[in-house]
Amino acid sequence: MTELLPDPVPARAMGSARLRADGPAKVTGLATYAVEHPADDPLHLWLVQSTVARGRLVDLDTAAALAHPGVVSVLDHTNAPRLVTDDPDTTDPELVVLQDDRVAFRGQIVAAVLAETSEAAREGAALVTARYETEPHRAELRDDSPAYAPESVNPDQPTDSDDGDVEAGLAEADVVVDQTYRTAYEHNNPLEPHALSVTWLEDDDGPRVTLVDSTQGVHPVAATLAPMLGLEKDRVRVRAPYVGGGFGSKGLPHAPEMAAVLAARTVPGRAVKLAVTRQQMFALTGYRTATVSHFRLGARADGTLLAIDHQVREQTSALKEYAEQTATPTRMLYAAPHRRTRHRLVELDVAVPSWMRAPGEMPGVYAHEIAMDELAIACGLDPIELRLRNEPDVDPETGKPFSGRRLVECLERGADLFGWADRTPEPRATADGEWWVGTGVASATYPTMTQAGSQARVSALGGGRYSVAVGAVDIGTGARTVLAQIAADALGCAVEAVDLEIADTDLPMATVAGGSSGTSSWGSAIVAAAQLFRRDHGEDPDSGVHTTASAAQSPGMEQYATHAFGAVFAQTRVHRYTGEVRVPRLLGVYSVGRVLNPVTARSQLLGGLTMGLSAALFEESHRDPRFGHVVTQDLATYHVASHADVRGIEAVWLDEEDPHVNPMGSRGIGEIGIVGTAAAVANATFHATGVRVRQIPVTADRFVG
Amino acid sequence: MQAEITLTVDGTEHRTTVDTRTTVLDLLRERLGNTSPKKGCDHGQCGSCTVLLDGRRHLTCLALAVAHDGAEVVTSAGLAAASDDELHPVQRAFLDHDGLQCGYCTPGQVCSAVGMLDEAEQGHPSHVTDDLEAVPELDDDEIRERMSGNLCRCGAYAGILAAVREAARS
Ligand code: FES
Ligand code: FES
Repeated sequence: MTELLPDPVPARAMGSARLRADGPAKVTGLATYAVEHPADDPLHLWLVQSTVARGRLVDLDTAAALAHPGVVSVLDHTNAPRLVTDDPDTTDPELVVLQDDRVAFRGQIVAAVLAETSEAAREGAALVTARYETEPHRAELRDDSPAYAPESVNPDQPTDSDDGDVEAGLAEADVVVDQTYRTAYEHNNPLEPHALSVTWLEDDDGPRVTLVDSTQGVHPVAATLAPMLGLEKDRVRVRAPYVGGGFGSKGLPHAPEMAAVLAARTVPGRAVKLAVTRQQMFALTGYRTATVSHFRLGARADGTLLAIDHQVREQTSALKEYAEQTATPTRMLYAAPHRRTRHRLVELDVAVPSWMRAPGEMPGVYAHEIAMDELAIACGLDPIELRLRNEPDVDPETGKPFSGRRLVECLERGADLFGWADRTPEPRATADGEWWVGTGVASATYPTMTQAGSQARVSALGGGRYSVAVGAVDIGTGARTVLAQIAADALGCAVEAVDLEIADTDLPMATVAGGSSGTSSWGSAIVAAAQLFRRDHGEDPDSGVHTTASAAQSPGMEQYATHAFGAVFAQTRVHRYTGEVRVPRLLGVYSVGRVLNPVTARSQLLGGLTMGLSAALFEESHRDPRFGHVVTQDLATYHVASHADVRGIEAVWLDEEDPHVNPMGSRGIGEIGIVGTAAAVANATFHATGVRVRQIPVTADRFVG
Repeated sequence: MQAEITLTVDGTEHRTTVDTRTTVLDLLRERLGNTSPKKGCDHGQCGSCTVLLDGRRHLTCLALAVAHDGAEVVTSAGLAAASDDELHPVQRAFLDHDGLQCGYCTPGQVCSAVGMLDEAEQGHPSHVTDDLEAVPELDDDEIRERMSGNLCRCGAYAGILAAVREAARS
């Protein structure tokens, strides 16, 4: 296997609109998702969750469950197979399932029922009774909760940053905005609940485990589970041909996956299917922590920023630390001589938080962009003008030039398209019948990353056809379509001549579909393999020859600060008497390098905008601190945007390429759509009503009374 | 407890013994091997399990199989199989407007759209219909309202709207 620095790829198929390759399979429902894969005589697993927030399981009565017809066994910490947990480098505390009697949060897996049918498994689980010795717990993120500074924040960034002297900058400022902004607990809620089918086989070479999983990364799942199972990674095969969304929650394996593997180990040769319920997802598959951002902006009267201070309080779990990187975008978004960021975590006895679409950027830019709106008002400036006045020449965090920073053009283009010039500067100035009407704007940014480690294999199939294989996953992003376009251009052949194989650990290593880095990472590997293949085998290769390669990182990634940018515009209507908020118009304008496929890219950007709108108006997981769990644990009480909530919505982009980040010239697009959107909506509600709401979701009660 | 029922699924009749706790959705997915309808919530809150049950759109996670002896089920897979083309026109429109991403809500959206177009044609009003007597005109507001029982977490609503609008016209 060779590492190659790929040359830029001339775009032919890249950039052209192609319909989703797996569209026909999806619209008919013939695409099969994890647990849907046929298996001979499978067993069904149902999880039993703790009903206390902290303590010890002292007794588990399984007699009634075992007596229930169809129930095969009940796994608990006394009889579950042992995991390898003595190596801290490979032991994920969240995955240490059914190993001891400790309860670290309400909803933790304390038992699992295997049965011949899903009905029997479910009823069996209901028949298990547990007795606990409870211990006092903490489950509320309060302003006075003790907090600590983590060693780093997700994924591996400094906890704090200091440039200049923030207090001096604030003292010198003519105008100061000093406010606190809050975001709610949010659950990813991909529409396909986490699910898998797993078989444990014992053959002559030892155990072999096969999973069909709903995951954003087959290789990462195998790499994470294998050492805890005492196996080499190649003894764990993971496939994920179709995945019903993830939004970060399927980026890493969670406890249910491990529970299913342990259960399968007790019934070698037989498939075990586990479909996590929607309710269980609220405790077992990750979520976004609530965040509290204390912002202080100091500026001259003309709006020029002198000081930016962003101090974040958020929550982690006692079982496993996760530090949302909420203040990291503040380090690069605007210029100011004096800047400071802080992240502080409150450790609670609750379910483990994790990645949710644009971790860090979503809550952080939300807070920053409302603070900017407040500053614009305080300075008597148009909010777009304020942003133009604070454009940095180079990345304020690293001092490097940007590989491309066209935020100003995004704002200006959006202003044109949106008709911003007609806006009255004063809030609460426009009414339409019983509705106050207003508009708001916010900037968006998301880092452009290419993960190291992906490999691709190009093989000649004869007759001018090629197989291109990479263990990547299409979770709805369009990877299956776009990677074939990239491969075609890299090989100089038609897209139709490419047989793309993905979603299997039997294929070359691929990194996770996360951090908006999938297409860039896997595409770079494909380009490297294709170019090396051509070098070694020419334009008319013999059938069967093949090349596997990975891509060396583009030197531009070191030389430049690489980020995507965008500007979001929202119009809101707020009902004068009921406070109901509607969003008739939402527009995002993006600078994301080359758009590889306008069809799938537009859908991803619109999807991000929609999720941002949903966060702005609806999404909130209510945790009851007395019991420690989220009580709004279904789709009737945890609201996500529905058809009727999404009105005029549009995503456009600048025509460009970023030559510094990868051979395709593309930046990631999966997450930037959600960034800034909630701020644009919140700012628009202020413009409509004159009422400043500093927390999301922006609910009707904020505008009445 | 077990009961014997007959169910016609996508044109094929099945005589089968079911656990009386079994939903139509689980019967389809876990016994009859038809995974076209999806399970997003199992509680009637997402719409991904929508099929046409005796000609009307229906949430199969809320339907006990034993209560639907003799029923006829058409899933999105069945809509395709019954079309002259390889796809039903509504499915074709979903593709053309990219009204999907992960595809998990999609078969339910398709069945819901097909059922909804039929309801509108029969003159059923919706929450946003002004004139309850007239045959409703399927403008964007009507489509959005009538499709709001089908959640799409990927946020493909704009494409779905365009697809259903096109299907409504033809
Ligand atoms: S699975 Fe039936 S409505 Fe969600
Ligand atoms: S396409 Fe993923 S939920 Fe609709």
